Amino acid sequence: MSGAVLETRGLCKSFGALEVARSIDFRLAAGARHALIGPNGAGKTTFVNLLTGLERPSRGQVLLGGEDVTRLAQAKRVKRGIARTFQINQLFRGLSVLDNVCIAVAERLGVGGAMLRPAGRRADVTDTASGLIELLRLEADAGRRVAELPYGRQRLVEIAIALGLEPRVLLLDEPAAGIPSAESHILLDAIATLPREIAVLIIEHDMDLVFRFAERITVLVAGAVLAEGAPADIAANADVRAVYLGTATHD
Amino acid sequence: MKAVEAFARRHRLQWWEALPWLAGIAVFFAFPNHLGFATKVVITILFALSLDLVLGYAGIVTLGHAAFFGAGAYTVGILAQHFNWAEPVSGLAAAALVAGAVGLASGFVVLRTHGLTLLMLTLCTMTLLEQAANMGAEWTGGFDGMPGLAFEKILGLFAFDVLYSRSQYLYSLAWLLGAFALVRTLVYSSFGQSLTGIRENVRRMHAVGAPVRARLILVYAISAALAGLAGGLWAQTTGYVNLAVLGLERAAGILIILILGGYGRLYGAMIGAIAYMVLEDQLAKAYPTTWQLGIGITLVIVALYVPNGILGLAETLRRRIAGKRARG
Amino acid sequence: MDLASILLGGCAAGMVLFIVSVGLSVTMGLMGFINLAHGGFAMLGGYAIVLAMKHWGLDFVAALGLAFVSVAALSVVLERLLYARLYGAAELTQVLFTIGLAFVMTASVTITVGPETQVVHLPAWLRGQTDLGFLQYRTYSLALIVAGAALVLGLWLGFERTRFGARIRAAVDNRRMVASLGVDVSRLFTVTFAVGSGLAAVGGGLGAEILGLDPNYPLRYLVYFLIVVAVGGLGRVTGVFFAALLIGVLDFVLKIYFPKGGAIFIYALTLIILLWRPHGLFGKKGA
Repeated sequence: MSGAVLETRGLCKSFGALEVARSIDFRLAAGARHALIGPNGAGKTTFVNLLTGLERPSRGQVLLGGEDVTRLAQAKRVKRGIARTFQINQLFRGLSVLDNVCIAVAERLGVGGAMLRPAGRRADVTDTASGLIELLRLEADAGRRVAELPYGRQRLVEIAIALGLEPRVLLLDEPAAGIPSAESHILLDAIATLPREIAVLIIEHDMDLVFRFAERITVLVAGAVLAEGAPADIAANADVRAVYLGTATHD
Repeated sequence: MKAVEAFARRHRLQWWEALPWLAGIAVFFAFPNHLGFATKVVITILFALSLDLVLGYAGIVTLGHAAFFGAGAYTVGILAQHFNWAEPVSGLAAAALVAGAVGLASGFVVLRTHGLTLLMLTLCTMTLLEQAANMGAEWTGGFDGMPGLAFEKILGLFAFDVLYSRSQYLYSLAWLLGAFALVRTLVYSSFGQSLTGIRENVRRMHAVGAPVRARLILVYAISAALAGLAGGLWAQTTGYVNLAVLGLERAAGILIILILGGYGRLYGAMIGAIAYMVLEDQLAKAYPTTWQLGIGITLVIVALYVPNGILGLAETLRRRIAGKRARG
Repeated sequence: MDLASILLGGCAAGMVLFIVSVGLSVTMGLMGFINLAHGGFAMLGGYAIVLAMKHWGLDFVAALGLAFVSVAALSVVLERLLYARLYGAAELTQVLFTIGLAFVMTASVTITVGPETQVVHLPAWLRGQTDLGFLQYRTYSLALIVAGAALVLGLWLGFERTRFGARIRAAVDNRRMVASLGVDVSRLFTVTFAVGSGLAAVGGGLGAEILGLDPNYPLRYLVYFLIVVAVGGLGRVTGVFFAALLIGVLDFVLKIYFPKGGAIFIYALTLIILLWRPHGLFGKKGA
């Protein structure tokens, strides 16, 4: 099973005596639609932090496209093609939606530090940014400050920023969290229309979303992988039912 | 998309942007006896503008920006007094270079931190330089400073007018124009946009792959160079450098000026400096304690109700009026 | 001067710094609020003592008590009316507000009392020298050392042994968590702010002989209080204590051997310490 675009080998992380990641072996295939589920406190967000470089592991490796990136800082890993959204939106709240996406695209294109040409005159940046804004149906809000948008649309801006980085791997940390059910269909459509070449790993509690989206599911409990496989197998797995699915609610 | 079109036009020169410069030239003819004061205002605008780059756009809260102003002033003074280097334009270039180098070095060291620690480190760097200037009296004149500095003609043509400050004023105004053009370009560039990103959410900037620290150090150094330019101009136009160019009073003063005008808004430096210095000139000499009380109360009110300064207030009013029009 | 005298003199100065700064450290650690006007409370305390002794004939200790209570009361009013509105505000706004407040305090004192330096007249039992056996030393300085030691002990006991102290320590570490546990965080703030300001007031009066007392006190010593707080670590009483002693002794020594510009070593040392440990010598790591 070589050719995984993102892989971890024996990934461990401890905070003092607390082990939040226990020898996690994980593979994300190219173009995957993979979900990571588990009860609260299972270590899912920490795992994503380890993947992106926000945290350093105590032991183990992270490989991106076969390259060992365990020692690389977050910004460098982004340059190598891994992007994430945060569980709680991390946006440039005082800036417009267009500004938000343009900043990400400009970094991707390597012109974020250019000092002479006006940012608005960079057609390569603005064209790509407006394309993403249209993809996520945010055109009406493009000029508005992010802080003024309803939470669901802010979440879409979060995804637009991640897409603006043209990642090979996209990590979505609870994208549906906090979105009122009336607005969630926009999000579901956005996730459904993500480019097929991107490998997507989604952390979610919303089981409807997980089972609609995922082609493969990994179950994380107390920092260790409990089970992994196709959705039907996971749903039928007795251990998983006992630990998690039995007590989950469908919103 | 409308937003994209607006964004593409954002940097275009508006007609009213010529007004401040026309006013500046008008002052030259209208107030021939007050050009010494006007020169100080111009230099203060330049200093405040440099602070706006780091504070208003990059979000670095510093109480030590006078370190670079002082570095520039003392460079000019020391070159003139000890090395007989009295050519003004090259002296200013040296001032900007030295101040920029100090900014680069201190930024490299200090910008690893944030919050109170960063504030403290900027303050310590500045007071350190202040103490050094005090100690190195053979070079800096210590507490008394270096009075009576004299300079050659600007570009070999315009002598420094000791009595009426005519050439000083136009000279400073010219430098301000150049610096303003530079800052305006930076602010509208992708670099400037990334600075606002760092200011708004540094976590996100890391997560989009931006080299945050490098950008901050770069803008810090550029800002330091501009502040040093202002300091050098101060030394050249007043002919006097002393410890006051380096103290907390000057650093806090320029911070207050920028915030009163409106930080992060390009013209805040101009408005703040002009408003503050004119008021100070009229009121502070006559009633210094009442002036301090008034400034204190003003700052408290601004912090509570108008944190974005005069320009911020104008923007809020404009939006409200536009909102009422849209609804009415 | 021999070593013992130098150490004692430096410790006395350090104790003054500690008494004034401990309140600043705890409130900054607790509220995350940059209060550049803290020195103003110290100044007001000093002035209260001077005025109480001069016009109301209070004795020194009673005046200290009055200073504590009156400045603490004033700080409660200011905290509830003004400070509390800026707790979530941008750092810059807090800086601006507290600088303005410091200006108001300075100007108010100049207008009501005058610009001259004030002198605190120590009572007879604090004047003169005390015989320590190996050394005769100023009673006043020794009293300062005793007072500071008593304070740090009392505060340490208060923080470690009382529920109130435990709440403060917890809130310094994680404010949101404490609030979600049902603790009235805003009352915690107010009480802590009042005690901190009251202590500063006492420190301002006690230390008037060493630091002086004039309207420019708040801004002149701001850097020193901030250094002590930053080097000691926000919210760490023991940290502030040792940092204050360090700075006090260092400053005392420098004033003797490098009277002109010796302070440069203190700023350089602070730079080095804060670069090595951004959260102070005793502050929490990775916060």
